[in-house]
Amino acid sequence: MSLADTAASPVPVPGTGPILEVTDLSTSFASPRGRVGAVNGVSLSLERGRTLGIVGESGSGKSVLSRSIMGLLPASTAERTGSIVFEGKELSDWGDKEYRELWGTEMAMIFQDPMTALNPVMKIGKQITESLRFHLDMDRSTAKDTAVELLRSVRIPEPEKRFSSYPHEMSGGMRQRVVIAVALACGPKLLFADEPTTALDVTVQAQVLDLLEEQQRERFMAMILVTHDLGVVAGRAQEIVVMYAGRIVEKAPTRTLFADMKMPYTEALLSAIPKLADPPHTRLAAIGGRPPDLVNPPEGCPFAPRCPYVRERCLTELPALTPVDGDDTHLFACHYPVDSPETIEIKDRLTAQGLLISSPPPGSASDGAQDGR
Amino acid sequence: MSDHLPYRGHDEAETTGIGLAPSAMATAEAVGIGIGDTIPEGPPDAEHKRKLGIAAWIAITWLVVMLLLAILAPVLPIPDPTETFPEIARQGPSSGHLLGGDALGRDLLSRIIWGGRASFAVGFGAVAVGLAVGGLLGLITGFFRGRVDAIVTPLMSLLLAIPQFVLALSLVTVLASADDVSSARRIGVVIVGLGVVSIPILGRITRANTLAWSEREFVTAAKAMGAKNFRIMFRDVLPNVVPAMLSIALLGVGVAIIAEGGLSVFGVGVQLPTPSWGNIIAEARGQLRQAPHIVLFTSVVLFFTVLSLNFLGDVISQRFEVREGQL
Repeated sequence: MSLADTAASPVPVPGTGPILEVTDLSTSFASPRGRVGAVNGVSLSLERGRTLGIVGESGSGKSVLSRSIMGLLPASTAERTGSIVFEGKELSDWGDKEYRELWGTEMAMIFQDPMTALNPVMKIGKQITESLRFHLDMDRSTAKDTAVELLRSVRIPEPEKRFSSYPHEMSGGMRQRVVIAVALACGPKLLFADEPTTALDVTVQAQVLDLLEEQQRERFMAMILVTHDLGVVAGRAQEIVVMYAGRIVEKAPTRTLFADMKMPYTEALLSAIPKLADPPHTRLAAIGGRPPDLVNPPEGCPFAPRCPYVRERCLTELPALTPVDGDDTHLFACHYPVDSPETIEIKDRLTAQGLLISSPPPGSASDGAQDGR
Repeated sequence: MSDHLPYRGHDEAETTGIGLAPSAMATAEAVGIGIGDTIPEGPPDAEHKRKLGIAAWIAITWLVVMLLLAILAPVLPIPDPTETFPEIARQGPSSGHLLGGDALGRDLLSRIIWGGRASFAVGFGAVAVGLAVGGLLGLITGFFRGRVDAIVTPLMSLLLAIPQFVLALSLVTVLASADDVSSARRIGVVIVGLGVVSIPILGRITRANTLAWSEREFVTAAKAMGAKNFRIMFRDVLPNVVPAMLSIALLGVGVAIIAEGGLSVFGVGVQLPTPSWGNIIAEARGQLRQAPHIVLFTSVVLFFTVLSLNFLGDVISQRFEVREGQL
């Protein structure tokens, strides 16, 4: 299987090959009801300077995945297995002490909610200079100049003045820029952006994402962009991983994914994005039901209970992540992908009955992906 | 369409509920703003912050005056608190002696001012001990949890289960068993005794607040930037916990001042002839019929001081709650 292929390429020399290689990573948490398998057997790799999008709904394990890689899980309840190779270093058995060498300077994270990701009683400037002084041994005035420069580079107006503001004196979008400036301060090589725009309104979203993209390009930084919104990653990630119930259900280069998606879940996520062309009062397409219970995951495909094209085999047999014929960059885990004759048959029937509200023909959304790069 | 309406209403109610901290909602209601309305931001808030209300200013003024009197007692033009004037014994206010004299003819005003020194020393001293030890323990157990927490927190609960006053009484009795202890050392012993009693109370409050603040994302963010645990604990968590510690500490000062009076009744408080508010009242409790003014004046001073401390504690906690709500 393809998992084995990605696993068997250790990178001995730092500075060459992929910056991050994750193989068969699983993370579970102890809970009163039993172990919650939040991430199950995830493998992925990321090249320097590239962006990987991780997409899935709440509870799909995407945030836990990025925190697992970054070693930010609560030590008392979380258990992590599998291999994580970052710049040729195997991190899987590292603890806080070893990770501290990487945090801030090698990897950094942008958190979802700028309202809580900044210390309310510390001035903005101080929150940036702290790590500069600590990691890069800067003196007070150099650190201040660097911080003001950082604030300017994330497009904060009057950075000198803002340097001595408190977080509550700024708007949400401004605060998220500060969060980005904090994360970028020590020049990390790998940046995790954990739903960086979810707490912001749509106009600010685009600004913040553009800013991230620009900074990434300037610094040649690798980025993992975690989101629930396929639209966010469409023009910005080179590769997209779709997660469901802690597993990767589809993985492909962005263009391929939008042009030729295989997994009904990906399709459902895409049709959940409202389209400008829709007439007014079009009902929003939602995915019925809820993600499965991760303490007792159901037998078979985890998406089966919510899948409109479900068949008997889906309920008993867990589909493996397999490559598309002739294209091993595109992987999916589905017995009856959206372009299989069985699924098309169901689709036609549902459309005839008027039950399928919106089913974008494959390829119709690819224009969104094309104008990215 | 109509079947969608109840859903919408529900959603709206929920989002507004989630977005606001409970305290912010309470404030909004108090100010007369509907939950659906937006809370005004900007300039009005800056003005609001400066305004403290008359009651708070009275409390602050009272405390400042009392503290100044206590500190400046040696240079004030008042008689020595141990000097006796037989003619004013058990007499009420007179021209030379504004508050009259006590049972032995000592000037009551002077004794109350000098007594403030001992009482404030005991009050602030005991809380300082409690804050230093209890606050640190609470911060560490709340931040690290795990094994430290499993050992320290039950011990604190154990200490809390012993009747507070009995504990203080026995501690002071044991620590100052000899009769020849100087009055300064006696005050020290009372501070330690009451301080030990306040450790678990302040410790628990600090721990509870630390637990809540340690869950915040900015703590994870600081960790993700490579900050060390103790640095995060003192630089990120502690400043956020301080308001809660401070407001409870101010209440604690009042309680300790009163508790010293209680110890004096049992004869183990600050030792005569050094006056404290507690032992002035304790000494004069037999004279209530002949000379009620001694207990009355001292109690009034004690009462307003403790009231001011409590009130300021409330003011502090309210001000910081509002600020948190604005986030």
